[in-house]
Amino acid sequence: MSTIVRIPAPLRPLTGGKDEVSADGGTVGAVIEDLETRHPGIKDRLLDAKGVRRFINIYVGEEDVRFLNGLGTELKGGDQISIVPAIAGG
Amino acid sequence: MAPTTYTDLIASVRKEVKEVSLEELKRRLDSKEPYVLVDVREKEEYRAGYIPGALSLPRGFLELQVEQRLPDKTAKVVLYCAGGTRSALAAKTLAELGYTNVETANPGFVRWKDLGFPMDTPPQLTEAQRDRYSRHLLLPEVGDVGQSKLLKSKVLLLGAGGLGSPAALYLAAAGVGTLGIADADVVDASNLQRQIMHATSRVGMAKVESAAKALQDLNPDVKVIGHEERVNSSNVARLFNEYDVIVDGTDNFPTRYLVNDASVFLGKPVVHGSIFRFDGQCTTFVPESAAKKLGIASGPCYRCLYPEPPPPHLAPSCQEAGVLGILCGIIGTLQATEAIKILLGKGDLLVGRLLTYDSLKMKFRELKLRKDPECPVCGPKPTITTYIDYEGFCAIG
Repeated sequence: MSTIVRIPAPLRPLTGGKDEVSADGGTVGAVIEDLETRHPGIKDRLLDAKGVRRFINIYVGEEDVRFLNGLGTELKGGDQISIVPAIAGG
Repeated sequence: MAPTTYTDLIASVRKEVKEVSLEELKRRLDSKEPYVLVDVREKEEYRAGYIPGALSLPRGFLELQVEQRLPDKTAKVVLYCAGGTRSALAAKTLAELGYTNVETANPGFVRWKDLGFPMDTPPQLTEAQRDRYSRHLLLPEVGDVGQSKLLKSKVLLLGAGGLGSPAALYLAAAGVGTLGIADADVVDASNLQRQIMHATSRVGMAKVESAAKALQDLNPDVKVIGHEERVNSSNVARLFNEYDVIVDGTDNFPTRYLVNDASVFLGKPVVHGSIFRFDGQCTTFVPESAAKKLGIASGPCYRCLYPEPPPPHLAPSCQEAGVLGILCGIIGTLQATEAIKILLGKGDLLVGRLLTYDSLKMKFRELKLRKDPECPVCGPKPTITTYIDYEGFCAIG
């Protein structure tokens, strides 16, 4: 199942500048694995040994996966994933 | 026979309307019974004092404005004036307009005052202020009471840069009485692409001084306090304690986390804005400690959203990043709007909601923010109880 993933500006160098890419997988974790094969290096920017990095949030629709089932959050057809990193500019 | 004189008219009206005594009105006020109290006297009389909670709807504007101000025609309404005559006439008019639950106080405010019953005095605005803020005064959500609250309020702007510039200008224009500006930098020509509070003629001047000039020229009602210092663990409490609302327009992660922790420790609401290239984020953090004081709902904090700052090597490379100048205007004015709403106690705040804006796609999105039960600072078992000075890294200013 293909899911649209929104890529934030700081990670776009890894996706050839694209702000939306698609990836396959039935869970958020599987989608990230597939993203890694398509855009090597992106997984390390999103995850560390403990899971999603603590200055990055991954949303399915409007919900933060930390408050769903984390990387095990299952995806339904039409779900969109948004990667929302902390930004600090002022 | 139709009444022919004033005396006849009043006598006939008094028979038609339902009257309520001042003692009964006082009892209802004390027991907080739900009803709408309307003062139908002229604005000048109302300004000299009114019964607490009354809204002002002068009889001359009654028919014109009542349906907008009191849309529920079945609501319990009590009208009063100075002696009971004008309010009786007004009650008859409301009945003719279809209001079914209208009473009129007898006598009226003059006697109420003599009895020593409670009264409020609306804030005294000068003629110049009535003129300057007239478009606010026309809004029932602001009005004399709200404008006066703004004039007595104190907002601290962290950063007089991209976000702080538009936020400060609008807060000053709105008549927020005291604006603190914390910034240690001087105006640089490269700032002017986005930092619209400053000016070419003030390049090289301390930003707090340049800000004071701009804001006081815009609105001399506003007292501008410059804090020419970088916010750090040793001064954050002193700075925050003087203010009601904090507008965070800082430019680096260490300060963002420090601001959050101080907000939780000191019970201050923080309106957060941040920008990167073409993207912006805005949300409002109201920790429980602040919510109690303000009587508004609390929500998650910045650490519930992002528990820890990125290490310097993974933080977006700021020097190379760049930012669309106008983006600052969008996010900074959103922040100012939130600050004003907190001060007025009106509307729905961005508490528990992260508003993201992509200026290239021209899309706003809203993401849910939840309180993290394991939040290291605002959770039930906090592990962070003192200020942390994180390793500093780049700033785009």
